[in-house]
Amino acid sequence: MSKPESSQLALRYAIIAIVVGGLALLFYAVASGLGQRIVTAQEFVDYQEAGNPHLGFRRAHAKGFCIAGEFISSNHVGPYTTASVFNERSTPFVGRISTGGSNPTAPDLASSVRSLALSFNPGTRDAWNTAMNTPPVMPVRTPDAFFAQANAFAPDPETGERNPERIAEFLAAHPETQAAREWQASYTPTGSFATETYHSINAFFLVDDEGSKRAIRWSARPSSHTVPDSVIELDDDPNALRNELVARLENRPVMFDLIFTFANEDDDETDPTVFWGDDRTQRLAGVISIHSATTEAEGNCDGINFDPLILPRGMAATDDKILRARSAAYAESYRRRARENLFQAREGGSQ
Amino acid sequence: MSTRSYHVAARVLHWSMALLILSMLFAGLAMVQSLEPWHLTLLQLHKSFGVVALVAVLARVIIRARFTPPPLPNSVPPLQKKVAKLSHILLYAAMFAMPISGWLMQNAAGRPVVVFDMFALPSLLPQNLALYGFLREFHGWVAWAFIALILVHIGAALHHGLIKRDGVLQQMLGNKPKD
Repeated sequence: MSKPESSQLALRYAIIAIVVGGLALLFYAVASGLGQRIVTAQEFVDYQEAGNPHLGFRRAHAKGFCIAGEFISSNHVGPYTTASVFNERSTPFVGRISTGGSNPTAPDLASSVRSLALSFNPGTRDAWNTAMNTPPVMPVRTPDAFFAQANAFAPDPETGERNPERIAEFLAAHPETQAAREWQASYTPTGSFATETYHSINAFFLVDDEGSKRAIRWSARPSSHTVPDSVIELDDDPNALRNELVARLENRPVMFDLIFTFANEDDDETDPTVFWGDDRTQRLAGVISIHSATTEAEGNCDGINFDPLILPRGMAATDDKILRARSAAYAESYRRRARENLFQAREGGSQ
Repeated sequence: MSTRSYHVAARVLHWSMALLILSMLFAGLAMVQSLEPWHLTLLQLHKSFGVVALVAVLARVIIRARFTPPPLPNSVPPLQKKVAKLSHILLYAAMFAMPISGWLMQNAAGRPVVVFDMFALPSLLPQNLALYGFLREFHGWVAWAFIALILVHIGAALHHGLIKRDGVLQQMLGNKPKD
């Protein structure tokens, strides 16, 4: 074996250093966000926390409680999807009703967004999670625009007030916000979680047994048997709306019709900013029947990530950028609160 | 100088797994940050190829047991031989720990592990937030330890191949040393 000359030896050490060091640097760079062209999931959840994370809680829709019940299929949508939920007579679910915001102790009545989330068949190929909200549309169609909107509406750090000029500038640059703003202006919160309509917001595909895809959105509408007014007086208890729902459940299940709205030929299923009106084909997919409500401490919904992209066979994700981003952001929120639960750092909440 | 190479099956598995594992590590680090539409696609590929990696490491252990690896040359001091052996054990441990922790953390999150859209792995754990918290962090910790081990492994292999030129790198490349 010949001994290499010292200059050659130095070159060989340099090659090793470049290969190993270069690879190490590349790992470090990718982990630090190299190649991420838009806002990252971490930056997004950091924004939701606003420097004041409520440890152990969901970063969005932090305030909520668990529900359980069953979905009773109508047999009207079975031909469009092979999903077991819509082909079997009944499927049990665990769910969560919540209000918007990052504060787990905020009063129910203070929030402008209410939501109904359901989880079916966890851990199986027929697992389906859906997180539905009161607004029927998104104000924007990309995560970047969503972040820009959040920044535009955030209070000025110096004055503590919103900056109307920045807001006007954002709205002028984003005419797609119109449908969401019109809905917001027309919406009056009701006196019960049971009398709201909850929307999938994003569109999804139904996949039939031949593999054909049809784009739909869905909404949960109060069933015709629902008592329209609050069944108890809403007091200043921070859990006023939860108490109201529990009072309803003492008499009978709380029921919603799950309605599928099929896309028109002109509809773009990747655009969540456009409202899909009732002139489209609609089908009753079945009835969501809520049987019980419990606090998160007593219930079993806290471990669930209501990721809208946990979809069963017979349903598929659209290329809606907001939908894809929702899933990724939920995952980061889920990871953070799971870690906090592991280290038992959960704060006292609404239990 | 050792002239015997690793068995051809061991070499094919080593280099294909090297490619797979590096891709999986980069994909994992990138996808947990991304809000872009490809996030879902990459996530599904990551899970599917994770199952491939688990099957591959099982095959590799069987092949290693069946075909004794070539010994290190006598020029390697005994302590270094021990360190080399330990590093290989740790690499195997990481090759098992990564896919298994990935599988189990999906169980604890209540999500199925669907392999190339064909079938789902059985769920071995109940849905549990703290369990998910542990497994998710463990998956991340092992990934970084794995990256460190791989860097040491590459550095040591190149040191054998370029500086010591003792035929150890050739055992895995499969060609006879030139000099």
